[in-house]
This record gives sequence, structure tokens and C-alpha cells, in this order.
Amino acid sequence: MVEHGDIRVVHRGGIARYCRFLCERGIFCCCRFLLCGSGYEVKVFSTSTEECIHDLRAHTDLVTGVLLRPSNHLQAYSCSTDGTVRLWDYTDVCNRLMFAMMCVFAEFQLVAVHLPQSGDQLVEAREFSAVLSDVSSNPAATSFGRGGEYIASAKGLQLEVYFFKKQKPYRFFLKEDNKKGGKNTFTCLACHPKDDCIATGHEDGKIRLWRNFNHKKEYTYTTLHWHHSAVSSLCFTPEGTNLLSGGIESVLVQWRYNQESQRDFLPRLGAAITHIAVSPDGALFCTSHSDNKITIIRSSIQVSAVIQGLVKGDSVRTDLMVDPRSKALVLNGKPGHLQFYSLQRDKLLYNLDIVQQEYIHQSGLEQFEVVKAAFDAYGNWLATVEERKQKPTELELNLKLWAFDEQTQSFMLNTTISAPHEARITAMCFCHSTDSQTTVLVSVSKDGHFKAWQLAPATHTEGPSWSCDFVGAYHSLVPECCCFSADGSLLAVSFQEVVTVWSPASWELLTTLSQPPGAIRNLCFGQLTCSKYLLGTTDKNLLCCWNLLTCSLEWSTSMDVSLLLSDPFSENMAAFCCQAGCTDLFVFKPSEPRPLFSHKAVCLGKVTRAVFAPREKMLESCEETSQWLNHSQLYFVTQYMVNTQHNELVISDSVAMTPFSVLLGKRSQQEGQEAASSLLAERTQLPQGSAAVRELLQTPAHVLPSTSFLCSMFVESLLISKQIKRKEKKAAQYTTTSLWLNNTLCPKLSRQKPSLYCPTPILHD
Amino acid sequence: MASFKPTKIPIYPKLGEKVTQDTVYWKNYKAPVQIKEFGAVTNIHFSPVAPHNYAVTAFTRIHIYGPFSQEPVKSFTRFKDTAYCGRYRSDGQLLVAGCEDSVVRLFDVSGKVALRMFKGHTKAVHVTDFTSERYHIFTGSDDYTCRLWDIPNATELNTYQEHTDYIRCGVTSKLNRDLFITGSYDHTLKLFDARVDKSVITMDHGQPVESVLLYPSEGLVVSAGGRYVKVWDLLKGGQPLVSLKNHHKTVTSLCLSSNGQRLLSASLDRHVKVYNTTNFRVVHNFDYAASVLSLALAPDDESIIVGMTNGVLSIKHRKSPEESKEVSHQQRRRPSYRVFVKGKNYMPKQDDYLVSKPVREYLTKYDKHLKKFNISKALDSALQRKPEVTVAVIKELDRRGTLKNALAGRDEKALSELLHFITKNMVDFRFAPVLVPAANMILDIYRSVIGQSPVVDRQLLYLQDLLQKEINYQQELLDVLGMLDTLFASSVPRKELLCLEGMNNCTLG
Repeated sequence: MVEHGDIRVVHRGGIARYCRFLCERGIFCCCRFLLCGSGYEVKVFSTSTEECIHDLRAHTDLVTGVLLRPSNHLQAYSCSTDGTVRLWDYTDVCNRLMFAMMCVFAEFQLVAVHLPQSGDQLVEAREFSAVLSDVSSNPAATSFGRGGEYIASAKGLQLEVYFFKKQKPYRFFLKEDNKKGGKNTFTCLACHPKDDCIATGHEDGKIRLWRNFNHKKEYTYTTLHWHHSAVSSLCFTPEGTNLLSGGIESVLVQWRYNQESQRDFLPRLGAAITHIAVSPDGALFCTSHSDNKITIIRSSIQVSAVIQGLVKGDSVRTDLMVDPRSKALVLNGKPGHLQFYSLQRDKLLYNLDIVQQEYIHQSGLEQFEVVKAAFDAYGNWLATVEERKQKPTELELNLKLWAFDEQTQSFMLNTTISAPHEARITAMCFCHSTDSQTTVLVSVSKDGHFKAWQLAPATHTEGPSWSCDFVGAYHSLVPECCCFSADGSLLAVSFQEVVTVWSPASWELLTTLSQPPGAIRNLCFGQLTCSKYLLGTTDKNLLCCWNLLTCSLEWSTSMDVSLLLSDPFSENMAAFCCQAGCTDLFVFKPSEPRPLFSHKAVCLGKVTRAVFAPREKMLESCEETSQWLNHSQLYFVTQYMVNTQHNELVISDSVAMTPFSVLLGKRSQQEGQEAASSLLAERTQLPQGSAAVRELLQTPAHVLPSTSFLCSMFVESLLISKQIKRKEKKAAQYTTTSLWLNNTLCPKLSRQKPSLYCPTPILHD
Repeated sequence: MASFKPTKIPIYPKLGEKVTQDTVYWKNYKAPVQIKEFGAVTNIHFSPVAPHNYAVTAFTRIHIYGPFSQEPVKSFTRFKDTAYCGRYRSDGQLLVAGCEDSVVRLFDVSGKVALRMFKGHTKAVHVTDFTSERYHIFTGSDDYTCRLWDIPNATELNTYQEHTDYIRCGVTSKLNRDLFITGSYDHTLKLFDARVDKSVITMDHGQPVESVLLYPSEGLVVSAGGRYVKVWDLLKGGQPLVSLKNHHKTVTSLCLSSNGQRLLSASLDRHVKVYNTTNFRVVHNFDYAASVLSLALAPDDESIIVGMTNGVLSIKHRKSPEESKEVSHQQRRRPSYRVFVKGKNYMPKQDDYLVSKPVREYLTKYDKHLKKFNISKALDSALQRKPEVTVAVIKELDRRGTLKNALAGRDEKALSELLHFITKNMVDFRFAPVLVPAANMILDIYRSVIGQSPVVDRQLLYLQDLLQKEINYQQELLDVLGMLDTLFASSVPRKELLCLEGMNNCTLG
């Protein structure tokens, strides 16, 4: 069963450093571990430390479900859209058994598979029989009841119960709409573990408890109503004393079985609840949320741990940014928040509450959203724009300026400017001047003006605050983007096809540059030695480079650039060109119209946002095509995902969890790799000999496994194997890691050879 | 999980005057003490020696007041006619005053009868003063002359006949025994030197000069006449430095603050203005009930004394530091000291484990209701608060999409309360964007019950009136705006580039 509508982690290439996990459906193994399917892998988390302990990797496609093996609680099944069901020993990361089901279903139907008893690792299950045809694609709508006596499944307005003993299905129907106009469509169901009772959730927020359903006519149901919108998940506790339900309200509701008037609530969980799971002993609950988060809750309805990945918002409306202080990636997160995500540690640092309003979890409600954000050069100031559009005529805009507070190490609200512009703000940037005496923020709006905001000095009653310094316009044209030069002495604002260059010192219009036809789409100053160049891209497939010393066009070339950005740490510029559904990446220096590097078809879809993030440690790559990545890494978001383009040279750099697990993990990976297909081998990372030795020497002796165990690995590491050769060949390749941010099905991606292909010749002007 | 975020109450920028250090300083005076004199108070002069009594010249008497007394300490009443310009000598022992009957009288501060009478002027003497070496008196009179007198002999030393109109003000130099300045209704200021027979410097003020003031350094002289206050540089031979036009009626009196940093001017327009003497901008303004004729500041600015045409003497004393603090004390009684130190003086032992106590958050009543989605109750409790709070809650309800539900289902009393709030605050431009849609909603909801309650109907009619008035105002404002636009357009030469500098976001209405 494929489950649509969730975010998946996909990692391409060999390494998992930049994978952000996404919880699909968490299950508890015992009180200590939590399993969840996450993209192509199953992740095992510790419930107490919130850390990821293992990645169970063998699936070649999205993992759709994880289930404990009832007979052995140390093993778990996982199923995936690649057509396999795997059985894992999740404590030591082996998939001992695996069987493949090679079948294609035209539509969803529920099948019973007889597990063949064989010692092989890979078995093919050929015997299966269809139990129910036409079931819902949502796994939450199907459940086994009372020790496997019957199975219940709901789809649309129909509940179907199949008794295995009688081999007979019963079907119950509901009317489409009840009198009050509620929708009766089933959304999920759960079966009581001890009692003959099925709980079903409905579109209108009602929960129905069905009893007596082994009769065609005399079935009964009782209705519970608390949720105001669709119930998305239901779950009984193992003893059947409580029923848990959750939905878009992000409130976990605990109903007492048979005393349904008594309810317990856990409100404000942060985002809509998508799944609920309970540990086998009933001590812990876990809820997975639509914003890429798992909350672990004690049975006393108290939150005990939160496992949070890169927060998934509806869309990345702010640009991708890098916080100059923490070097964290900053983008939209929870509604009304900005998230700070550490790329080095692959961990969410914190969420900054921008809107500071209670978020009402209700669909169809327009609420404030953070749409623009900008940092100044030192990370002392953060500017954010939030907007709320209730009616087309009414646009509420707030510009907020945040000062970094050394004491609390976070941003503090300094100034709120309500209605800074009359229309939507399209671009905003800080002056990157080297002297921090005057900080200037420029905001560009669709109302035809751009405004400069300046930090006014502190008065005796209040601290420094921001105020408007200048309002500029040009021929009542609508400005689109703005950009400060590297030294902060020039401001370029594009007004449709005209680029105006202003002096921020006197607010004089210095010059205008234009290259009609075609409105300017992106505007970028060159950095460092190329700071005399101004680059712009237009709608009419033109990339122009102006020399600001001569105020003339230096060169231009015809390409459909969707995004242009400059690396603040080198002279390089990156341009993403969208062609035929794929995006190509070009890296060049403004001084010469020749690409340093080009990569055809970096990803599918249009690249919407990108950012250069600085590296912690500078790389010393001499290879011409990879030099541009020495100082920084390029991250980009397409319509579907967050990508990172980086040079894979340091292989043993992946995050070590515990020395023990690294050693053991590598061994099992090696084993698994031999068994797996060649395609799989290319995807999985090999341990490097020197790394294993280093690990051996660095790890304290008392935590090491036995010497006999290590001996073979140590010897092996000294051998020059074929695999390592192959890997070395691979080392300089560019690989991509990505996170799927949308519910598109994963495209089958074939790895490309490193493209030394030179793109279309760039025309000199 | 995350706790409930209370409703954000926006802070609106305060309209009116900005709080500066000057406003804090000049507002720090107590409510004025008012003393009724027999006639217009023409002059107030402080004794240069402690306890700094002051002489108030009004009608035919001069009263001496102590620094804190409301009754005169002493009175000089032996004037035949209106007295003018009672001034102390620098040792505070002698007092001189002119009179309408042209006789200048010299008093001992402790005595009653005049010690000396200086006769020689032919008309009323409006100006008298002691010279800095203390044995001479300088007078100015309506007979266009000013004279120097010797006190011991009561003889006239010199007469200057240079002015061509009444001499109504004058001042002697505190540093030089021979210099004095007079201001006259012939629009001129003249600096005289007793060693020569004529004026040394003449400055043209342009209006009849009402008051003259010398800076303590005596490099600058300030004159007031007509609506203008002018500052002259004596060291540059009487060159005009600044001309200030901040009053809209004649300026009658000038005064410097004790540190010389601020200049005060009093005028017939009932205002006293305070200027910064470095940039000569008005930094503060006092309003009085009647036209101000005389003004004096006690040493160290301890009190501001103003005499008015209706004979009222207004005395404002500075608040003592305790008093200015006391205001905040009275606002709220704090818990006792014991509450705060409770358990704080316990020294933790080595093995102690600190269990942090969760901080309890306090929510206001409307937030508690909002948290429970009790929207009507939230609106009800917000209506009891300040309009800023109520509007913020209405906005929050609107954001939640439940404003209509909160407004609906009210009885006559609750509805009239709501309408009362709306009519009171709707035309406030800060609240209008929120309250206008709310008022629309109310009209939509309660349209069917209009006519059933006289109370509500009256309020609705009032609301209609209010809206009509507001529409008229807006119309007029737009007219003015249009006029201004034409004026600007005609005065500014047409340029290619349109730059609107420093435009703020404040919209009209």
C-alpha cells in the first residue's frame, strides 16, 4: 500500500549526511525504541535521548509501513513501494530475512501472504490470496481486530469487516450527509484489542464505536464528538482501556473506554497529528505530526520527548538564508516561525517565533505567515515581514526588526512597523557595509516604492529603533528586486526592465541600466574582485553583466535563468536554468563569460530558492571543476525538495553515533552489500579502511567488541579490495542529497556520470 | 508543550508632545499657587541673597514674598501712584522702585519709609536698577531720558537724552560698573557707558522693546519687542545673532534659567516658552490663564513665578525628589520585603538537588476565555478594559474567524454596551480599520430587531450622525489636501525623478 500525502526523505548518492528524516509512521518496539519509516529507510530512535540509533537501509524505494513481528518483539517488518517486505533485527541492524513480492496491483486490494519458511535471505512469496478488494490506500483505515479474528477496513462511506473463521465479509454503509450537514466519510479506524468493538473516525470529526457487527442488521454504534474537523488517527491502548484520537486541531484526546464522557486532552502539540502509536506495554504514546515531528508522550499525558527534523512548512516563502553567527540554514518552519537548522550537525537548533500569536489549528483560516526575512552582514539584525491576506483588498503587513541579544543568544524584537508598504513586499536586503555605524535596510514593494529604513540612535527613554529614512520611486514603475554592492556603496533596484543604481549615502539616483525587452527577474552584484560587475537576468532569457565603472554592458548571454545568486565567500556566481522540466546548474565568474562548472539536469523541476552556505573547514581541492565548492556549499530547493550540491571528498566524515554501533554497523553494511544488487551497492556507503583503523584506535578499549571480531575487519581494511578502488573512482563525483518536500512520487533517478560537458556556448556581447 | 500565547496588545505611538529631557525637567513642578494682587503684576525680582525673597510690583505696592510663604513678608505701600520695577541691590539690603509720579524711591528692606527720593524725571519712571558698584542708581523714564543717580547724596550724576520714545526696559551690567543697556519704544536698544556722555552701541530691534536681558557672560544681550525675541552679540558691536518668532502676541518678559542653558520668554499670548540657548529651539511650553506680563525664575530653578494682567501671581515650586518618586509608590502597594526573601537566604548544601519550580503564567481574563474558545465571554471581559485592549481582542477574534459569533446573540444591555464602545472609538484612526468591519457586522446581525428597543435605536441614530460628521471631515481634509497639492505642484519645478523624502506612513484618517 502506498501512502500518499506524506513527505519522504530521499537520499541520492552515497552519503547520508544531509538527510533530514521524515517520520512516516512511527511504531514502538518497546519502551526504549521507536521505529519509523523515513524515505528509503527505517530509522530507529531512542525514546529517552531522542537520538537516531540506527538507519535500517535496504529498501530501494519509499518505505510505506513498519510493523512489529508479533512472535518476536526484536524483529520488525517493513514494506516499501519497491515491492518488498523486509524483516529486520533492529537491535543489530541486520535484515536477516527478506522476501519479495513481485506483483503489481491495478488498484488497492488487501492480500494475505503466506510466509514461506525457508532459510534463504531472499524469498519470493508466490502464494497470496486477495482478502478484500478495493480498500482505502490509507493504512490507517485497515486494522486487525481481537487477536486477528477479523479484519476491518473502511473506504468512502463503507465499513467492511471480514471474519477469517466464517470467511465472510460484512458491509455497513453510512449516508453521505447527515441532517446537520456533517460529512460521514470514514477517515481511519481502530479495533479494540480485547472487545468486539471498532472505532472509526470521520470527516466531520465524529468518532463512532461499532458493536454487534457480526450481524447484518442489528449492529449498533455510538457517536463521540469532540474534534471539529476530520479525525486523522485513532488508536487503542494495548489493554483497551483508552482510545486515543488526533486530527488537525493538534490536540491528543484520550477517551476512557466505556466512560466516554471522561476525556483527557494534550493541547498545542504544534501541528496536525497524522499518526498515533502506542508502545506494547502502554507506557508511552507517540504522535507524528505534519511538520516532520514525532512527539513521545507518557501515558500520564505529558510530553516526554520531541524528535524534530527539518520543519516542513507549506512552502519555503522566505529565501533560504544562512545565519552569519550560527551558520545555520534559516527558512520558514512552523507557521509563524523561522527555523534555524544546523547544516553541520544536521539538527534543528531552534524556532524563532516571529508572529507571536496563538496559532489556531483550523483549516481554511488565513493566518499571519512569514514571507520575507533578511540578516545583516554580522547577524546582529534580522528583518522579517509577515503578511496576512484575508480578503483581496485587505493585506495586513508587518515589518519586524530583531536585534541579536548576546545574553540570551537569540533574537529580540526591537521594532514593529505595521503597514510599512501599501502592497506586498517583494524583496528586502540589508546594506553589507563594513562599518557598522549605520545599518540600512531596503524594502521593495509592489506599491511602486522602495523604502530605506535606518536605525535611529537611542533616546534617553527608549533604545535604538528603526525608522523610515527614504522613499524612492522611478517613473511609477513597479520595483521587483534590490541588491546592495559588496561594500555597501551602491544600491541597485530593478524597476521592470530598468535597473536603477542609487547611492545610499545621499539617496541620489546615479545611473540607470536597461536591456529591454524583458523585466528583470534577478539582480546580483559581483563579490570580492568582481565587485565592479552587476548581473541581472530578464524574463526574455537573457543574462546580462554590466560593468559599473564604465556603466556599460560587459557581456550578455541568452539563457533562461530562473535563479541567480552569488557566493559571498568567493567571486563565483551560480545560475539555475530551467529547461524542459529539468534544471541545469552553471557556475561562473562575472569577469569572464565562461562557466567554471556546469551540471546538466541537477534535479527535476524548477529551482525556487538557493543559498551558498560556508564550509566549516576549507577544502583544498585543486580540481578545476570542484574548486568553486572549496569555500562553500550550495543548497537549493526545487518545487519538490531541498537539495544540496556538495563535493564528496571526505567520506569517513559521517556522524558517528556510538563507536560500537559504527563498528558493528559498518560490518553489517558490508555484509548486506554483498548480498544486495549492484544498484544497491552503489547507493550504500562503504567504510574506508583507514577510517576503520582510526575508529579502532580512537575508541576506548572497554567499549570495543572482542578482538576476534575486530581482527578480521582490521585485516580486511589493510587489503586493497576492488570495492575501494571503485569508490575512489567515485570520490570526486558530485552527489546530491535531497529531501522530498512534496507528495510527488519519487522519480527513478539514474545516476549520471560526472558531466564534463560544456553547455551551450555563451555569446560574447 | 508550548503554552498559550496571550493576545498581543499593539503599542500605538503616543500622539502629542514627545517626552524629552526638557519636558521631564520642566514638568517636574507642583501645581501652581495663585495669589491675587491688586492690579496687573508688572515686575518680579528675586533677592540675590538667601533666603531669596522676591519683590512683586503690582499697582501701587511692592510686596515681598518669602520662598514658601503665600502671604507677603513685607509690603511697601508709600507710593502715590502705580509703582514700577522694584529691584534689589546685589547685597539684598536696598530696594529701588520707580513710580508713575516720576519720583524714584529707595527703600531699606527692613524699613518702611523711603530712605531717598530721587526727583528729576518729568514723567513716569518705568526702569530702575542699581549699578554693580552698588552706590549708583540708573533710571529710565517716559520723558525719553535715562539718568544716573548717586545714592549717598541723592543727586543726579548724568542724563542721557538719546532715545526718542518711552524707555520701558533696561538693565545694568553685573561685571562692569559703568555699563548699562536701555530699550525703548523707539525700537532701539542702546548701550551706555557712564564714563562718556553718549551711547556706545545702538541696536535696532524693529519693534518697541519691552524687555532686555544680559547674559551672565555679558557677551550677548537678548531683547524682546513685538512678537520677536532677538539675540545680539555685544562683542561684535551689536550684531544681531538670532531672531525668534515663536509667540503670536507681544513678548513682555525674558528670563534665563539658573545654569544659563535655557531662555524663557513670556508673552501676552498667555504662553511661556523655553528655548535651548545653543540652537534656540523651543523645548518646552507653559500655558497660563491670562496674558503674562512678568516672569522670574528662582535660583536653581526652584520655582517659576509669573505675573499676569488680571493681577494673579502664579508660583510653581519644583517637586522635591521624594515627591516625584512618591507618585509611583502610590500606584501600587508592593508585597512586603519578607515575601521576596522567603527561602532565598537558604544556603544549599553540597548534596542538595535543585528542583526548579515551574513558573506559573498569568493570563488576563479575556485570554483565559480565548484559550477556552469562549469568544463571547472574551469579548465581554475585553469591553471592560482600555480601548487598545478591546480592539486587540476584536482583531484576534476576527483573525480566528469567529467575530461574527462573538457579536451575535446579545440582549439589549450587552448590545448597547457594545454600541457605546463602537461609537466612542470608531472615528479614532488607530482603531477604525478594526471597528468599521465590526460595526458593519453588528448592523448585519441585528438588522431584524431594529425598532424593538429605544436604547439601541438611539445609539444607532447617534452612530449615523457620527458617520455623517466623519464623512464631512474627511471631505474637507481631502479638499485641503488637494489645495496643498496644487500649491506644491506649482512651487516645485518639474523634475524627471520623483523623490518623496521622509514620507511617513501616517495616513490621514
